Amino acid sequence: MPSEIDRNQVQQLVGRGAQLVEVLPPDEYEEDHLPGAISLPLRRLETEAVRMLDRSRPVIVYCWDTA
Amino acid sequence: MSARAAWRLESLGFGEVYEYVAGKLDWMSAGLPTQGTNAAQPRAGEVSRKDVPTARLTDRLGDVRERVRPLGWDAVVVTNDERVVLGLLRSKELAKDPDLTMEQAMRPGPSTFRPYVAIKEMADYMANHMLESSPITTSDGRLVGLLLQKDAIRMAGGKLNER
Repeated sequence: MPSEIDRNQVQQLVGRGAQLVEVLPPDEYEEDHLPGAISLPLRRLETEAVRMLDRSRPVIVYCWDTA
Repeated sequence: MSARAAWRLESLGFGEVYEYVAGKLDWMSAGLPTQGTNAAQPRAGEVSRKDVPTARLTDRLGDVRERVRPLGWDAVVVTNDERVVLGLLRSKELAKDPDLTMEQAMRPGPSTFRPYVAIKEMADYMANHMLESSPITTSDGRLVGLLLQKDAIRMAGGKLNER
């Protein structure tokens, strides 16, 4: 079950090598994204997650907010 | 959206998956840096004056005025111990009876803006609403700084939308 985390935990996990993934559409990623995040829109997750992400490291996903 | 992504990643065999529920909005509201095409544009948080004087609800107006006027300030933000914004005194409120407390003299619950708002947007808004200054706060209400209209207009290149 994925764990819900807050801003401080994001910073701690990223400091320990977690992968940050923005799942919003690419144009929104292009304008602003968290430092070091990669763009992997929800619709591309199925086909590209395994290729783009390292299963051995933690993954943090985010969008705009809880919506 | 991120919840679905997190669950799907887990089903794809990713063992340690986290969801940053509050997301990009929370990050930017805290004034933390971002990357991207908008990142180089000036925003309310960075242009705001971080040295704005603050006061507590029980402080006497006359004492506060004596403290801030010599420093060139015509505004004071009233905060609590957590630096949460409770009120604002602009030049008009600062000119009131010196024996009033901050609580009595302040403009309570002032409109606040988030640090990530583009400075051009702030300049237009402040000019259109004749705001000489506006507190910039995090999403949980903590003071980042006070944005002065003159700073916003200067950083926006002095160009405002016609209204």
